[in-house]
This record gives sequence, C-alpha cells and structure tokens, in this order.
Amino acid sequence: MQTVSASSTPVIYHRRQPLLWVGRGFFALLGLLVLYILGVNLVKNPTLFAQIFISGLQLGFVYAMIALGYTMVYGIVKLINFAHGDVFMVGAFTSFYAVAKYRLHQWPNAVFPNLDPGLGVVIGAITVILLSMLVCMILAITIERVAYKPLRDAPRISALITAIGVSFFLEFYGALNFVFSPRFIPYERPFEVVAWYIKDGIHRVLPGQQAPENSITFSNIFLIIIGVSLLIQLFLQYLVRRTKIGIAMRACSYDRQAARLMGIDVDRVISFTFAVGAAFAGAGGVLYAIAYSLIWTQLGILPGLKAFVAAVLGGIGSIPGAFVGALIMGQAEAMTMGYISTPMRDAVAFTILIIVLLLRPTGIFGEPEKEKA
Amino acid sequence: MELGFLLGSLVKIIAIMAYLYGLMWVLARPSIWIKIAGLIGAFAVVQLALTDINGFRLLNNFDNGLLFQACAMTMVALGLNLIYGFNGQFSLGQWGFYGIGAYAAADITYRWINGDARGLLVLGFGALLGTLVLIGINKWLQRFRGIPVLSSFTLYLIGALIAGVTAVYLGNQLNPLITPFLGTAGEPGPLNTPAAQQVIYFLSVILAGIFAAQISFLFGLPVLTLGSDYFGIATLGFTIVVNTLMVNSDTILPFPEMKGGRGMIGIPKLTTWFSAFFFMMLVIIIMRNLIHSSTGRSLVAVREDEVAAKAMGIDVAGAKLFAFVVGSFFAGLGGAVYAHYIGFLSPGTFDFLAGFNPLIIVVFGGLGSMTGTITATFGWIFFLEGMLRVLLSQMGTEAPTWRFVLYPITLLLLMLIRPQGLLGSVEWGFLKGPEFTPVPRSHPEPAHESAA
Repeated sequence: MQTVSASSTPVIYHRRQPLLWVGRGFFALLGLLVLYILGVNLVKNPTLFAQIFISGLQLGFVYAMIALGYTMVYGIVKLINFAHGDVFMVGAFTSFYAVAKYRLHQWPNAVFPNLDPGLGVVIGAITVILLSMLVCMILAITIERVAYKPLRDAPRISALITAIGVSFFLEFYGALNFVFSPRFIPYERPFEVVAWYIKDGIHRVLPGQQAPENSITFSNIFLIIIGVSLLIQLFLQYLVRRTKIGIAMRACSYDRQAARLMGIDVDRVISFTFAVGAAFAGAGGVLYAIAYSLIWTQLGILPGLKAFVAAVLGGIGSIPGAFVGALIMGQAEAMTMGYISTPMRDAVAFTILIIVLLLRPTGIFGEPEKEKA
Repeated sequence: MELGFLLGSLVKIIAIMAYLYGLMWVLARPSIWIKIAGLIGAFAVVQLALTDINGFRLLNNFDNGLLFQACAMTMVALGLNLIYGFNGQFSLGQWGFYGIGAYAAADITYRWINGDARGLLVLGFGALLGTLVLIGINKWLQRFRGIPVLSSFTLYLIGALIAGVTAVYLGNQLNPLITPFLGTAGEPGPLNTPAAQQVIYFLSVILAGIFAAQISFLFGLPVLTLGSDYFGIATLGFTIVVNTLMVNSDTILPFPEMKGGRGMIGIPKLTTWFSAFFFMMLVIIIMRNLIHSSTGRSLVAVREDEVAAKAMGIDVAGAKLFAFVVGSFFAGLGGAVYAHYIGFLSPGTFDFLAGFNPLIIVVFGGLGSMTGTITATFGWIFFLEGMLRVLLSQMGTEAPTWRFVLYPITLLLLMLIRPQGLLGSVEWGFLKGPEFTPVPRSHPEPAHESAA
C-alpha cells in the first residue's frame, strides 16, 4: 500500500531552472532594443545624433555638479537630501539678482576702466559664480544645523520627511512675491553667447545668422559647463583624497562612530560636506540658468531628482560614480527628447532608476553594502 | 464677517469631529442592529442637512464640496496609512494611484453617457481577466522556489499585457451590442436613465479601484524589494510618470476624450452623499477589520522588524505587496469618487507636489492610527479650505503659497517635537478593534478526569 502524499501543489526543486533567466533576459532584450534604435538613428542621420549627443553632454555635466552633493551627503549621513535641488535653485536666483539687479558681473570694468573688457567679463562671471557658491554654502549649513542635526539619531524616514519639508519651504517661500515671486523669470546672462558650427572645419555663427543645414552647433556655454564641471571633479578628488578634512569625510562615511572615537569632529565634517555639496550645486545652478536662461522657484525639483537618480546609477557614495551616472542620465534624457518625445524625459529618468535598482542596486561603481540598512 | 466666518468654520469642524467620533462610538457597540441603525442614522443626518427644506440648508454648497473632498481624501489617506503607517513602506506613489482611479472611473462614465460602452467593457474584462491571470501566475509560481523578482515580474507583466489586449479586443467586439441601448448625449437611451447611471457609477468606482490595485501589484512587485528610501523615490517617480502620461493622454496615450493637459471636462457629476459615505465607510470598515486580523498583525510585525517577522514565518515580501495593493485600491476608490464629484480632471491636480498632501495628513494624524488619519483629513480639509477662503480675500493669490510655506514649518516642528504624529497610535471606539471578553464557562471541565 502506498502512502498518500497530502501535498496538492508539489514543490519542484530545480537547481538550474530557466525561470532564473527570464527576468534578466527580458531586460537584456529591452537594452538591445534601445541600442538598436540608437544605432539605426546614428546611421540614418549622424549629424542629428551628434547634436543630440552634445546637448546630452551639456545636461549631463550640469547633473554631475548636482549629483556630487547628493552622493557625498548620502555617503556620510545616509539621507536623501531633497532640499539639494532647491539649493541649486537658490544658486540660480542669487546669480540672477547679482547680474540683473546689482550688475556685479561688470565690477572689474567699473573699478578698473583700463582693463581689457574680455578679461573683465571673465573675472565678473567668476565673481558671480563664487558669490552663488558662497550663498548656497551658508544656506546649506543653516539647513543642516536647523533641520537635520536634531534628527541625526531619529529614524531615517523622519529625516527624509524633514528634508521634503525643507524642500517645500524653500520652493514656496521663494514663490512669495517679496522673495523671488512665483513667475518664470527670463535670465540675463553675464556674457554674450557665442556659438560655433562644425561643417568643413569650425566656424563661428555670426550674430543674426543661422547655422547652415546639417551642421553641429555648440556654444561657449557648453564649453564653460564642461570646463567648470571637470574642474569641480578634479578639485573634489583632491579634497577627498589628499586633504585632512577629506580623509575625515571618508572616515565618517565608513564608520561614523569609529570616526568620532578617533577624535574627528563628526558634526563639523557633516556640515562641511553639506557646504561643499551646496557650493557645487550653486555653481551648477548658475551654469544651468545661463544655459537655459529661464528660472523659477520650482526649477530645482526635477534636476535635483534626476541628479539623485544619476548618483544612484553611478553607485551612491562614490564620486566618480556620480560623474559617470550623470553623463549617462544626460544622454538618456537627450536621446529621449530627440527620438521619442520631449515630455517622456522625466518618465525615462525614473524608469532608469527602477531598472538600475533592480538589476544592480549598488550602481556601477558602488561597493556592496556591508549590512542591510 | 471674517470673524463670523472663522467662528462658523470652527463650529463646523467641532461638529464634524463630534459626528465622526460619535459614529465610531456607535459602531463599537456589540449589537449588529445598533451598528446598522447608527450607520443609517449617520447617513440620514448629513443627508437632511444637505437637503433644501423651504429654502433653508444647514450645509451650503461649499460645505457640501468640502465634505465630499474630505470623504475622498479619507480613502486616500487611509490607504497611505496602511502602506506607510501600518506596514512601514514610505510611499509617495499614492497620489499617482489616486489619479489613475480618477481618470479610469471618469473615462467609464464619460464614455457611457456619450453612447460608448467600451470604457466599462474594457475595464470590466480587464479587471476580471487581469485578476484571474495574475492569480493564476501566482499559483503557478508557487510551485518553484527561489525565483528572482525580475523573472516573476516579467511573467506577471507579460500575463497582464496579454489580459489587457484580450480585454480591449473583447470590449471592441461587444461594444456594438450595447451601444443601441445607450442613445446619445442628447437623447439618452434606456440604459442611460439616472438610476442606470448611478449603477454604472458604482461599477466604475469599483473597477477604478481594481485597476489601480492591478497596476500597483505590477509596480510594487519589483519596487518593494528596494530599501525604504529608494522605494520612496521610486514611487515619487511613479507619480511623476503618471502625471506626465496624463498631460499627454491625447498624444502618447490613445484617449482623446481626456484632452491631455487641458483637462478632462464633461464628467457626469454622479457623486451623491450616499455614495461618498458608502465608499468611505466601506474603506474604514475593510481596513479596520483587516488591521485587527492576523494578516493585519503580520503587516504591523513587518513594520516593526522584518527579520523577526521572517523568523516568525511571515511572508515579508507578500505582506508588503498586500499592503501596497490594498492601499492603492483605496486610493483608486477615492479618486473615482473625487472625479465624479468635481466633474473636471486636470493633470495639475495630480501633480507630484500635491501628492505630498496625503503624506502630510498621515504624518500629522499619527502613523498607524486610523482615528488620527480620519481626524486629520477632515480637520485639514475644513480648516485649510476655510482658511483659504478667508486668506484669499485678504491676500489675494498669495494665499495658497503661504499655505505651503506654513505646512513645512509645521511638519518640521512636528518631526522635532512629536515624530509619531498628533495622535500617535491611539484609536477610538470602533477603530480600537474588537474586544474579546472571556466567556465564563458554564460547565468547568473536571481537572483530573483524563489525567490517567
């Protein structure tokens, strides 16, 4: 007589089962499809592709400047600093007031009338950027001291809700009429835009003229954004690798308690991290405003979120990762705008976030987590 | 006038609170007949106040609107409280599901009154087939062990797509059978009488909830495996994506009647106090019974400690997904009720900035307190909308902005002073859960009879 097995749904134990690869295969197919579409478009119209690539590069370098702040703060405090995007917005507005209201970019020529006008504009623009960075640093330190520091030992979600609150406060306080006003404000650039086109060599687009058909155009703003962004990357690498405070930052990011036991003033390091990130975001805000020349108080939300996605994509906590992730994000967004449709750009950014978190939660450069948070 | 209005507003808030707490007290009585009588009485009192008797109405149109909005928002906020308060998953996607529910239900009734049954048929078949397919795949996958989430997600996605395509095909095929009975907007057919429209409206609300629940299942399955704050960002992204799709509903999505960013007009205003009250009480009762069941206790256990919950034999991933799906179902119901009250849907309403509203309500009221959520919703709607009316006359267009300046400050203070919310996890009356009184045994068992 046989013993009757009571199990109605037999559990099958397979060591190697095809279902393991269904998911990865599906996403690999999706990736191949995207690559195929891009390849077809590259072959069909290489000039357009290069133009989209350049605009994506410009966007990516701006995102890189914001993503640094996210990745550094997350690396140390494990907090998604929602207000970072709004610090970026404040940077843009500071430069707007400095340029349009106080004509700060003209001070070298006003003080030294004999100075070469070109040099004067360069010094003036650098002053404006430095001022924005300073304002953003002060703002970020204030936010950190007032809002985040009392919650350092609270649950992470409390801190996250506080960060959302700070972000809201900056957006809507800025939208009051006596602060920034809720309108879209056309941004006055501190210097002239000069554009070049590439067709049988590099030519300048003369004022009042259009670039010829089938040519790739780029402007001095593109070059400046790339230059400033790379400069910031190098400076940050130096800061983190070679200086004492950088070593302290890395120690805090590795183990905050142990760092405190080693005599590191953790609160100061955290404030410093916020300040450095905010300074870069401020510079990014100025350059973003110069490039796209329209500012309003909710300017920072979406670039901030996308920069966060970029930081996650590169591996949160990793500085080169944030840079690479931001470049990929910029390309993804530009390609979406170019080949699918402009409104889908936000959708693609968050789709990338979800796919990255599913396939490789630590990001491209991230190290595997020591423990589950 | 301002002072009088403010006082009136205060009296209304106190009255509505007394009403809600009284209702919850009555529902806590043990006798089922008292409960039913309490429900009917509570419905009748407000219905009477809303009825025009000899030109006198206790609650005017403004209060009426606030009441319906508060009912819809209660459903949304209770759903979020289930996800975040009781199960500990920080979700910002509730507003997206609210919008999905609103648009889905509005599409059904809008098409129905304009002589097109496809909305109802497609969503109805979609709800049926989709649920069957998802449950079937779930049963099939239980035969295997250790399947990565990606694989199961892919299978569910393919199944859902097949079910959706079938539903659209069936809807298009069956539509000509029903269309003759619908008539046109000018000449309503036999299936377009007010009573029939109410039936369709109730169906549309439930179908919208099921649709939101199905989408939340597909979305939540992979995303809930992420950590807590990554989950928050991913759900925020979901809200943004849904809003983008709403803005482009007539270009990217094939719904010309939704009119994209211009907003969907002409939705029949079918929400009555009966339906709003019915669905709100439905959500409250379902959720209260859920929370105090063993499933609900497992949800709370997952919030408290995932590892310990797993050690106790709780399916942690399943519990998270369950809470997320049920919470989104409530959000879909709320959205449907809202859409048929307001009669106009614009993507601006479902902006992700507005999506923080339910979060603020839930955090204010208390995480893991249904009483707190209901109190906070009604207080929030009546207080803030009332304040807005006063402020608008004083400050013009800046008033809404000031409101959003004051929210975060209050939120920050709350996080610093009382992070568990105003009511903590206190419950009142009916929401406190069933009281198990030990029944005295009439025949005490002999102690040593079976000892041998």
